[in-house]
Amino acid sequence: MELRKSYFADVRKDDLHEIGQPRPRLDSPGHVTGKTAFFADHNFPGMLHLKMVRSPHHHARIRSIDTSEAEKHPGVVRILTARDVPHNVYTILILIQIGPEDETVLADGKVRWRGEAVVAVLAETERAAQEAAAKVKVDYEVLPAVFDMEEALKPGAPLVNEYHGQNYYLYDSGECRKVRFGDVEAGFAQADHILEQSYQSSPIEHAPTETTGCVVAPEGNDRFTCYTNTQAMFFTLDNTSIILQMPGSKLHFVGGTVGGGFGGKVDVIVEPIAILAAKLTGRPVSFVYSREEEMQISSPRAAEKVVIKDGVMKDGRIAARKVTGYTDAGAYSRHSPYGAQKGAGHYPGPYTIPNVWIDTYCVYTNRTPSSAMRGFGVTIGDFALEVQMDKLARLIGMDPLEFRFINAYRDGDMKAHRQPTEGAALIECMQEASRAANWPVAEKYMAMSSYEKEA
Amino acid sequence: MAKVPIQFTLNGSEKAEFVESGATLLNALRDKVGDTSPKGGCHQGTCGACSVIIDGELRLSCLTLAETCSGAAIITTAGLAEGGVLHPLQRAFLDAFASQCGFCTPGMIMAAKALLDHTPDPSREDVVEALSGNICRCTGYEPIIQAVLTAARSNSQNVA
Repeated sequence: MELRKSYFADVRKDDLHEIGQPRPRLDSPGHVTGKTAFFADHNFPGMLHLKMVRSPHHHARIRSIDTSEAEKHPGVVRILTARDVPHNVYTILILIQIGPEDETVLADGKVRWRGEAVVAVLAETERAAQEAAAKVKVDYEVLPAVFDMEEALKPGAPLVNEYHGQNYYLYDSGECRKVRFGDVEAGFAQADHILEQSYQSSPIEHAPTETTGCVVAPEGNDRFTCYTNTQAMFFTLDNTSIILQMPGSKLHFVGGTVGGGFGGKVDVIVEPIAILAAKLTGRPVSFVYSREEEMQISSPRAAEKVVIKDGVMKDGRIAARKVTGYTDAGAYSRHSPYGAQKGAGHYPGPYTIPNVWIDTYCVYTNRTPSSAMRGFGVTIGDFALEVQMDKLARLIGMDPLEFRFINAYRDGDMKAHRQPTEGAALIECMQEASRAANWPVAEKYMAMSSYEKEA
Repeated sequence: MAKVPIQFTLNGSEKAEFVESGATLLNALRDKVGDTSPKGGCHQGTCGACSVIIDGELRLSCLTLAETCSGAAIITTAGLAEGGVLHPLQRAFLDAFASQCGFCTPGMIMAAKALLDHTPDPSREDVVEALSGNICRCTGYEPIIQAVLTAARSNSQNVA
């Protein structure tokens, strides 16, 4: 591809000589020789294997837990329940003031999604741990469950998470994150056409080839070394410190080598319980998700619903945009309140619209807790916005690319969330795309610039 | 649990181990012998990360019982470099950015080696077919295919 150096020539000092040139990755020699050490490549004599007893119900009260048969199973060393965990209720983003703590390390009195961890079994072999886990008896009283976000927001819906008290995350702005810019109703009143559409997505699993897990070795000096494939080393260190009520100086995390993550390994799930198990048994511990657990238990990308209402003028200008976004957090917050908030800032898209109204809800349901995945909070929104842009162009009989030139944000434009646009390059990208895709647009659009406005 | 003695060669070296009856070759190689180059991605024969070569044939070590491998000659990616010099496949994977997270790489290289051992001058279709049992979730298939074709060309030049 030809690099057009005329773009941003006055602000560019580089000569972009690296682009288009293959460079070996620094870690490739280890990868191609099989020497790269992933967490599971650490093996210790006497290592125990941890297997979880998981909830078969979407929503249930736990009446009782009986581990007596499991304890007698040959090879079983220790069984852990909620009361073994020093600080059992936590939430990952408490470190950046996103609370309340709303999730249990091991279920205490209630399960809120099918697959929730209830009892941890430690045994000499993986097989013994698996067999013993099957012998743990949990008596459940099944509760009504809710799986649909709009159902969950209705009065009288089953309450998913008591730590929140309602089925949505309460922002400082109220029941949703809000953006208000201009007068959206006045914008709709002056528009030539109104188009309201809704878009929905399902959860998406990252499916990394290496499943989530960690290996923990107790050191002689009362410290614990945890080999992990976390993508969030410092969230993991700090949350483990909180959950285990243990100073960070006792915890030594070794990571950085991740066999595919895509955002699926940013939750803090396996490390605290595995370190606790190593502490209580004095033995090395391995806790590795099976492929089935990776698919069913690890957080997916959130399901989302996006309702977009646009007012558009015959000449192509978007006069007003109103968006209501719903992010399905599942039973617990994890990273979803942050994802829903990110969506609120993003929803006008890379377009300058004078009248904008945005509400984004983070909703709790009895589904698998969702969390981060590549661009979470904006990816599904972008799908919805760009499909909407094509529909709007069709509605007014305009070329979809020219329609985007008319509305593209440019340096100096005020965004709906009150940040002035800086360093925009959408116009230039679309000009290049127009050439590359052989999708010609009128010359006046090819003469536009993101940073020099026409007189 | 009953232990079974097994003897085999791994990358040309003789190995002898006691394994639990029913243990997979993958676990025997990783946990007993200490060769962690085969990876466990699914333990159900669907991802190819555990691929090794047994007596010249590509095999999934997660579905192979260790006790069936007595007397076998086993090759893994850890044994390909000779005297510190990378195998042409390893060189090509490194040069062509055919490895991102690296977890699927040892299995990919085994599948590619098994192909080139039987078919030194493969077509692109041959390569695609040979790698079809190996999953790369970083979705770097195109550089991987190119790396195998490059390695095949460098092999044939060496022979000539």
